[in-house]
Amino acid sequence: MQIRKTLVLAAAAAAVSFAPQAYAQTLTIGLGTEPTSIDPHYHNLGPNNQIAQHFFSRLIEQDHKQNLSPGLATSWKATDDTTWEFKLRKGVKFHDGSDFNADDVLFSMHRGGNHPNAKSSFGLYTKGKTFTKVDDYTVLVTTAKPYPLMPVDLSSVHIVSDQEKDKWEGEYNNGKSAHGTGPYKLVKWVKGEVLEMVRYDGYHGAKPHWKRVVIKPINSAPSRLAALLSGDVDFIDQVPTVDIARLKKNAKVELSQGVSNRIIYLHMDQYRDNPQYMKSHDGKPLTKNPMKDVRVRKAISMAISRDLIVDRVMEGVAIPAGQLLPEGFFGRSSKLMVQKYDPEGAKKLLAEAGYPNGFQATLHGPNNRYINDAKIVEAIAQMLTRIGIKTTPDTMPKSVFFKRGKNKGPAKPAEWNFQLVGWGSSTGEPSSPLRSLLGTYDKTKGWGSSNRGLHSNPVMDKILDEALATVDDTKRAALLAKATEIGVGEDQGIVPLHYQVNTWAGKKGLTFKARTDERTVAYDVVPN
Amino acid sequence: MTVFIIRRLMQSVLVVFVMSFLVFGGVNLVGDPVEMMVSDEADQEERERVIRSMGLDKPWYVQYGLFVANAAQGDLGKSFVYGEQALGIIVQRMPATFELALAALLMAIVIGIPLGVYSGLNSESRFSKVIMAGSILGFSLPTFWVGLMFIMVFAVMLGWLPSTGRGETVELLGINVSFLTTNGLSHLILPAVNLALFKISLVIRLARAGTREIVHMDFIKFARAKGLSTQRVIMVHLMKNIMIPVVTVLGLEFGGLIAFSVVTETVFAWPGMGKLIIDSIQGLDRPVIVAYLMIIVLVFVVINLVVDVLYSILDPRVRIQDVKG
Repeated sequence: MQIRKTLVLAAAAAAVSFAPQAYAQTLTIGLGTEPTSIDPHYHNLGPNNQIAQHFFSRLIEQDHKQNLSPGLATSWKATDDTTWEFKLRKGVKFHDGSDFNADDVLFSMHRGGNHPNAKSSFGLYTKGKTFTKVDDYTVLVTTAKPYPLMPVDLSSVHIVSDQEKDKWEGEYNNGKSAHGTGPYKLVKWVKGEVLEMVRYDGYHGAKPHWKRVVIKPINSAPSRLAALLSGDVDFIDQVPTVDIARLKKNAKVELSQGVSNRIIYLHMDQYRDNPQYMKSHDGKPLTKNPMKDVRVRKAISMAISRDLIVDRVMEGVAIPAGQLLPEGFFGRSSKLMVQKYDPEGAKKLLAEAGYPNGFQATLHGPNNRYINDAKIVEAIAQMLTRIGIKTTPDTMPKSVFFKRGKNKGPAKPAEWNFQLVGWGSSTGEPSSPLRSLLGTYDKTKGWGSSNRGLHSNPVMDKILDEALATVDDTKRAALLAKATEIGVGEDQGIVPLHYQVNTWAGKKGLTFKARTDERTVAYDVVPN
Repeated sequence: MTVFIIRRLMQSVLVVFVMSFLVFGGVNLVGDPVEMMVSDEADQEERERVIRSMGLDKPWYVQYGLFVANAAQGDLGKSFVYGEQALGIIVQRMPATFELALAALLMAIVIGIPLGVYSGLNSESRFSKVIMAGSILGFSLPTFWVGLMFIMVFAVMLGWLPSTGRGETVELLGINVSFLTTNGLSHLILPAVNLALFKISLVIRLARAGTREIVHMDFIKFARAKGLSTQRVIMVHLMKNIMIPVVTVLGLEFGGLIAFSVVTETVFAWPGMGKLIIDSIQGLDRPVIVAYLMIIVLVFVVINLVVDVLYSILDPRVRIQDVKG
């Protein structure tokens, strides 16, 4: 016993004596979700991209509000309808000392789209584009059709060195090939244990504050919080909503909050004639699908009190939604407002649609994917039951939910008729949700891949098509707003609920620019 | 004995094979790994590419055939999530888990047996009652709650020990271990105690029950009558006899400690296999799940074998027999 006690004291003493001098230079982060690889082209997913952007730069960077700013490209412009010209930054060196030039860009764009082991590739952003080198510091990108999303697309692909040909995720994970031009250099990565990086002094952008960053993956939320409170880490992400009120009173902790680009919404089956999870009000099979009627969809939207969900279920940490992206984003509609809670109006609409007694439905949702997802499903089921749509909530783990909730085209629609899901717009504008959630399912165009209700309106499709071919920003913004007004507004193709608000917590004196893309980035954590 | 061991090992190969079929079939019934993997924004074409790249476009029996063919050559497949050999990922995590499990086992033996024997010999004493009450608590408190309380008290409030993670490691015989550094040991204490709590209670109960039964037996009385010291009677004659159930249960529990210390590893962010399997199940990383469960079957088979051999050493009356058929 005595020995153990001495050891404990020794350990405590060591911790105390090391802490102060290391603090000013080192930032320790408790991270909720670990990346699956350091290779920036292996897995196009938030947790990977947030780590990749420490080591690798992009032609165009996205700031914390997803506004574009010059990165490895100092300027870019459309020289004609189908050609974009990118001027590259001179004098940039990779971590291994080699020079950055147009060859690296061409190599990275090819690699990003053709990584043989990619679990979700960056081909999404590179396909249909031809990259040509004009000189060492000029790259031309041509497309067959006018393509306004060029800067946004290229702000998602990280640039690696063409010295690292034929090197894949293994060499990146062990640090041998993980040479980018980003603000930090990889020291080591032990999966599930620690990810360590040091500042790269040759970085072309603003010098980050922290010399050393240590990232510890702690995916259990209470443990992550305890690690912060005990001082083992300086900063954590994904703070659970239930703890926020208490943390606000804690003088040792500073919270950073910000709205994200992720909307939580409902999909309604607008395809099947005999929806299997719906019945008439007295439990008989339905002869037609009520959700095909826009009045029913509107009634569902009117029956939901978003304020109540935000206030009670989300503990105030969310923003009621009336369209696809929160305020401040490009291409938003100024006309669409958050639907007011109006149960009487909803009942009237239901009666008009021929369902004066309502009907029975099951609302499916995941229970470990979005913030408080299962509780939201239960709340909505109660609200809908109040207007006569007797709704049974059914939630399950995401690994089971998404397989059955996925549409694979009209031949194999999603099993659920009515489901709650979320969508984050990594491009920071509404064309991606419009195309994927509301666009008519079309495999060749790549539209409607997540259109789980198989909503379809040719008028909206046409406007969206036009928007996607309009290079002029003002005109495109107007077209995107118009498409949103039709898809979400008039048609109520989906029912928007709220935008998620994310919370980070750090030791007193550390502030973070809360990012709309939900990423945790060490160089955005600054002492104040 | 050698024949016995060889036969047992051959049986275990069969068990592992049956297990692989059950697990492979089972994981193929739930969920769609592609949905867990791809970015929301991926279009239909990209999804199909990922499905092909993971071999999921083939029917399940073809997938299983390929798996068995590769497994026979020692290749248990590549992790869907990490893109690396599933076996390699698991082996990498093994030292952390074994370290934790061994620390917990050691505590169970060192703390549990003396306390159990004491309370068996002095069942009416007040201290003995305290021990028994404590063991009930150890049994019934949920591990995750106790773990969080440990963190709250010892890390957050008192600040004596680190809250989560594994400390500094040093290499010992090519394996990374953390119990040889002060920092590593300080990280090990809380999760190990958390994991050991249930086992300590279990051992206390077993040792106490054994002691109370055996202390009244003739051979103990005879040993006393012969004039042997109390110490020798307890340490040799009594101990040897109560150890048989303790060894059996601890052996099996050790397997459980290795395979299913999921809760403790998650609460303490301990980078072991338990945390890996939970992450893999949530992410539907089928190759890792299958490889993991097969390794666990092997671990259990080996532990059972060791327990059987230990029996014969502890109790000369037990002769290992070659079970026919």
